Amino acid sequence: MKPVIEVENLVKKFGNFVANDSLTFSVFPGEIFGFLGANGAGKTTTIKILCGLSSPTSGKVSVAGFDVYRQSEQIKRNIGYMSQKFSLYEDLSINENFQFYGGIYGLSRKEIRERTKTLLSRLDFLKAQNEVLRNIPQGWKQKLAFSVAVMHQPKVVFLDEPTGGVDPITRRQFWELIYEQAHNGTTIFVTTHYMDEAEYCGRVSIMVDGRIEALDSPKVLKNQFAVNSMNEVFVKLARATK
Amino acid sequence: MNTEMAISATAISKFYQDKKALDNLSFEIMKGSLFGFIGPDGAGKTSLFRILNSLLIPDEGKANILGFDTVKDYRQIRRIIGYMPGKFSLYQDLTVEENLKFFAGIFNSTISKNYHLIEDIYNHIEPFKNRKAGQLSGGMKQKLALSCALIHKPEVLILDEPTTGVDAVSRGEFWEMLQKLKSQNITILVSTPYMDEASLCDEVALMQEGKIMQRATPEKIIEAFEQTLWSVQSDNMFKLLSHLNDLPEIKLAYRSGDHICFIPEMLTFEEKKLLDHLEKIGHQSLHIRQIEPTIEDSFIFHMQSQN
Repeated sequence: MKPVIEVENLVKKFGNFVANDSLTFSVFPGEIFGFLGANGAGKTTTIKILCGLSSPTSGKVSVAGFDVYRQSEQIKRNIGYMSQKFSLYEDLSINENFQFYGGIYGLSRKEIRERTKTLLSRLDFLKAQNEVLRNIPQGWKQKLAFSVAVMHQPKVVFLDEPTGGVDPITRRQFWELIYEQAHNGTTIFVTTHYMDEAEYCGRVSIMVDGRIEALDSPKVLKNQFAVNSMNEVFVKLARATK
Repeated sequence: MNTEMAISATAISKFYQDKKALDNLSFEIMKGSLFGFIGPDGAGKTSLFRILNSLLIPDEGKANILGFDTVKDYRQIRRIIGYMPGKFSLYQDLTVEENLKFFAGIFNSTISKNYHLIEDIYNHIEPFKNRKAGQLSGGMKQKLALSCALIHKPEVLILDEPTTGVDAVSRGEFWEMLQKLKSQNITILVSTPYMDEASLCDEVALMQEGKIMQRATPEKIIEAFEQTLWSVQSDNMFKLLSHLNDLPEIKLAYRSGDHICFIPEMLTFEEKKLLDHLEKIGHQSLHIRQIEPTIEDSFIFHMQSQN
């Protein structure tokens, strides 16, 4: 199977500071890939490069079949992105948010109408489509933001701490959405600080000080470090450098 | 143990237009305790903290901190509390050291005067003291914010989700610091969405829709769970969850790390029957065992049975 994300010896420097130090990894279609690391390890730098928002200093990177140096615009059209911080417009209704983002991604009016309906009925949220975002609980907003991020049916969707600050039940509902989306063939690239969520990923990488120090399925990593949870794997790796 | 009260609240309610954010809350918190408010977004934690720290006036009821009324005596309140809001609120364009100096200065104090209080925390970020606060990583921002909330030597510390977005290692360090501050007899109120942190508090209050559903020590909350909890794994966890949810003999099932937790309808539950059924519909590598509940399990069960 051809990877959706292919990264070879990716280096990103800011002045003398090496934020990404020779990263190499691939992510495959329909995979849920957990991209873990401590605050300041360099994850955001990598995600920005993968989304076509920043150029590497050196190395080979392709996303959805496009080269990050030459085809960043095509990359942007073929990916989805959501984070806890950047979300939907608070003063627009649910429907207006879908229309706005659908329009940005060049969907036709008909496509926007149909997909909004499908996505909202999946969330059982059709009734509330005219509610202004401001009046909707945070956990729901995050589910809506995810639906908006996959509305243009991207090959890969980047989720940057999508469940930060969310209660345990909503977090689990969110992961059911992720599973369903991956099941339908979308590649999921996700960061999280909840280590129980790391266990839900097919494979995870753990970044420490700009380098990927571990990459495998949670099961293999736990065996490799002879521990019972991903939390222990993470703490062992991240603490080693402090 | 100190039995004096640090905080007492009587029948507090707060409305935003016609929406009730806090619903007739009453509670007392003992001096020197580390008290956790746990609940989903929108439960009312932030509104409550803002009433206690005098930034918000309740529509009904009243509260006091160390005898000072949060409305009438707001000037005194502001002198004796330290507050760390959920949103990073320091000056992004000032350096680490300038921020700390500023907060010491507005309380007529200096960094050196209370350095002993922040030393353990601040020495993690001191190497970056000339860096602008806006350029710090998430974990470092939290350490700076805590230092700034402590530099005037408050008696009560109010921390609104201090570890959201912070990695597992920094979270651990942050909680070690809170334990140390507690030993200096500072009363600490903290809210968190991380259930593992709830178990580090002396006492927790589970909040939902502006009410306290349950208040107890973490041990007591687990004791009060009164359900049997099972863990099951198979080669297809995605399908396993929906298969379990389809069974009438299962009250509740959810993912939890590398396994699925479930609570059977009956206390007398036949695991063999379930295994046979799951095998028949195609699951392999099945593992099942009864497990001890955690605060998270208790919380999930509580919230689900309320809805």
